[in-house]
Amino acid sequence: MRTSISTVILIAGLASTAAQAADSDVATRLADLRAVGPEAAGHREAAAAWQGIAAESPAALPAILAGMDGAGPLAANWIATAAQAVVERRLQKGGSFPSAELERFVLERNHSSRARRLAYEFVLRVDPKAEQRLVPQMLDDPSLELRRDAVDRIIGEAAAAAESGKSEPAVALYRQALQAARDLDQVQLLAQRLRKLGQSVDLARQLGYLVRWKLIGPFDNTERKGFDAVYPPEREIRADAAYPGKQVEVRWVEFAAEDDFGKIDFFKPFGQHREVAGYAVTEFIADRRREVEFRMSSFNATKLWLNGKLVDQYPVYHSGSQPDQYVNRVLLEPGRNVILVKVCQNEQTQDWAQRWDFQLRVCDEIGGAVLSADRDVK
Amino acid sequence: MTFEPMTLGKFQEQAEPARRCVTRATFEPMPVGRSQEQAEPARQCVPGRSPGTRARRSAAARIVISLLPLLLFGRIAFAADWPQFRGPGSRGVSSETGLPTEFSEKTVAWKVPLPGPGPASPIVVDGTVIVTAAGGPRQERLHVLGIDAANGRTRWQRTLWATGPTVCNGFGGVAASTPASSGRLVFALFSSNDIACFDIDGNLQWYRALGYESPRTRNDVGMAASPLIAGDTIVVQLENPGVSFATGLDTSTGETRWRVDLESGGCWTTPALWQGKSAAEDLVVLQSRVGLTAHEPQSGKQVWRLEQPCSSISSTTACGEYLFAPINGLTALRYSLQSKGFEPIWQEQRLGPANICPVVHEGRVYVTKSAGIVVCGDAATGKVLWQLRLKGPFWGTPAIGDGHLYAANHDGLVQIVRLGKDSGELVSTGQIDSGVLASPAISGGAVYFRTNTHLWKIGHKASE
Repeated sequence: MRTSISTVILIAGLASTAAQAADSDVATRLADLRAVGPEAAGHREAAAAWQGIAAESPAALPAILAGMDGAGPLAANWIATAAQAVVERRLQKGGSFPSAELERFVLERNHSSRARRLAYEFVLRVDPKAEQRLVPQMLDDPSLELRRDAVDRIIGEAAAAAESGKSEPAVALYRQALQAARDLDQVQLLAQRLRKLGQSVDLARQLGYLVRWKLIGPFDNTERKGFDAVYPPEREIRADAAYPGKQVEVRWVEFAAEDDFGKIDFFKPFGQHREVAGYAVTEFIADRRREVEFRMSSFNATKLWLNGKLVDQYPVYHSGSQPDQYVNRVLLEPGRNVILVKVCQNEQTQDWAQRWDFQLRVCDEIGGAVLSADRDVK
Repeated sequence: MTFEPMTLGKFQEQAEPARRCVTRATFEPMPVGRSQEQAEPARQCVPGRSPGTRARRSAAARIVISLLPLLLFGRIAFAADWPQFRGPGSRGVSSETGLPTEFSEKTVAWKVPLPGPGPASPIVVDGTVIVTAAGGPRQERLHVLGIDAANGRTRWQRTLWATGPTVCNGFGGVAASTPASSGRLVFALFSSNDIACFDIDGNLQWYRALGYESPRTRNDVGMAASPLIAGDTIVVQLENPGVSFATGLDTSTGETRWRVDLESGGCWTTPALWQGKSAAEDLVVLQSRVGLTAHEPQSGKQVWRLEQPCSSISSTTACGEYLFAPINGLTALRYSLQSKGFEPIWQEQRLGPANICPVVHEGRVYVTKSAGIVVCGDAATGKVLWQLRLKGPFWGTPAIGDGHLYAANHDGLVQIVRLGKDSGELVSTGQIDSGVLASPAISGGAVYFRTNTHLWKIGHKASE
């Protein structure tokens, strides 16, 4: 009897040691993957580590995915693809799968959003019904991809209610989904559905577009030289100022965007021009010192300043544009912040190149609107 | 400008040596002259590939060489790989025979859904179809799939998150660049400028986030140039309205071998590999909006330049000692030992390929106009020989194999054309999904079409 107990203890001890060694291997390899950097830095070590991770048992998946926490985007891709290989091999060869552990991982919001998304996808591959358990809990999820699925689910429920003539519950569900939605396509769809049901939606507000600006122009941008030229609005912002423009004296004018996506169109106050530059300025009142994202888009060459400091510049004309084309993380000061945008139109004569406009919205990191404290007062 | 006409017959191609015969239990590479993992059929594009010696090779020898595979194996399907954009040697031509010449329910071997759209063409390597796709609302999920050519089952799938911009024209997509393979390795490039290298079993070898490293390298219409393998260097041309450059990366580590700055401007052309007498003499030809340049693959050193406005969409085709470049319509250039560069031979406006690349085969050059007209010209003189109207619009370059041209228009109408001496004949049509931007791939006796939603295999079903 004593021998048997000793054997059990010995085996348990060996198993524990083996498990610790395996954990240690995973940790070491994850460290190699997390060490990759630009210009192929760390690739040789990472390639070997990737093979080691990919050969791990599925039981290691939660630890592997946790390796994505705080990892840079390059390292995250190395780890993610290794985790995918682990799952793939398990599905091909059979064996146990840590569904419960991964499901817990999905719900632990302190983990990397991408790692949680992967865990969710892995769980669904072996248990498609998990979707019904997990998705309803994700409507306010910090992971954009998980939240999207939850919003989709509510949209489906709302559509079913609307189809069966229950417009009041449908509106409530659409409103709930709109409040949660962050992806622009979902937000647009929801606005469309609500309007169809006779509801009003302030989409520009929902998305955080800045709609009230002062504009000045046109200044000269012949041969695209105006992009680098420093015109007076880059030195001073004075509402009553007048400056020599490209052809005539120019002054600030008020402009308010009226469309859903806060399009600030210089053609509207100033007429159609080519080879011109214009400026737009607005104030944003922040309730506290905080980081936000400035998400700008334009077909034109642009420069963006916050509180007199150049945030970024894009000397590209008519290459293409989509909402959230240029994303910059900036720090707002408590109280008044001044946002200045320079927009340059070039010499191109094609129909599709006749634009002189931009859009800018202020968001948190997953696209939730951050509004100026005085937005509804203006 | 007048150009000296080339000697007729110089473009007579040798049938490419098949790398593997599908009927063998084990796949043994056929001898191709140079021991290199990449199949290099373009070296046999013109028999006696060495400039200056090629013309002296007798016609009889050419015929014998060109018939060798047929003499050895009879009329059976060879599983030649289709390893990159426009296949072996980037010429859009397969040496395989026994290809399907009819599109019908019987010849649809399989059709599989893809996890996202993309103009990227499929490639086929050792019985695995490699295809890329981009999914998610912002196309930020970058998929690379290895699909079993025999049955359409996914062998492996790897998915990365884009690290560069995924803003692009809604017509195109982030999975725009066709992957390339050296046989053992697969290189997948996306419009976000992420490039990942996997082995043929899906094991990640290295991964570069070129857009993350150079955030101002972006085209908000989308990037689309495909990577090019030149020996043990993978060449990526990132020409765009922002910071533009071409770079040569070590195929085994992803480390940068060289970088050449390019003029800013939208350009979507894929580099071409001009193959010299030996690998040491190979040249990478970069086509930008403002001209052609030739570079040493290992160092990136520029050895030749032609300043002429070029198409920013249609890419140059290298064949034997020639280049067929979309300049002033189409311009043929021949390598000169004396000048150590390429000299124009002929130029023909009517052979201008617009958005599609020229395909060179058996002394003929074929261009397909976007609207649907196939124009066949004499590759030696540029003389237009015949035209055939198909139903467009076309975005993908057709592929040629077994005497037929395979094309699918944007609406998904597959059109198979028998290529004759004096005319082309439409012999079969069939319908696949709409949204075809990719070029077909030919391998293993089958033709693969990629639409925005599916991958199709047209060929003999596995049970047959």
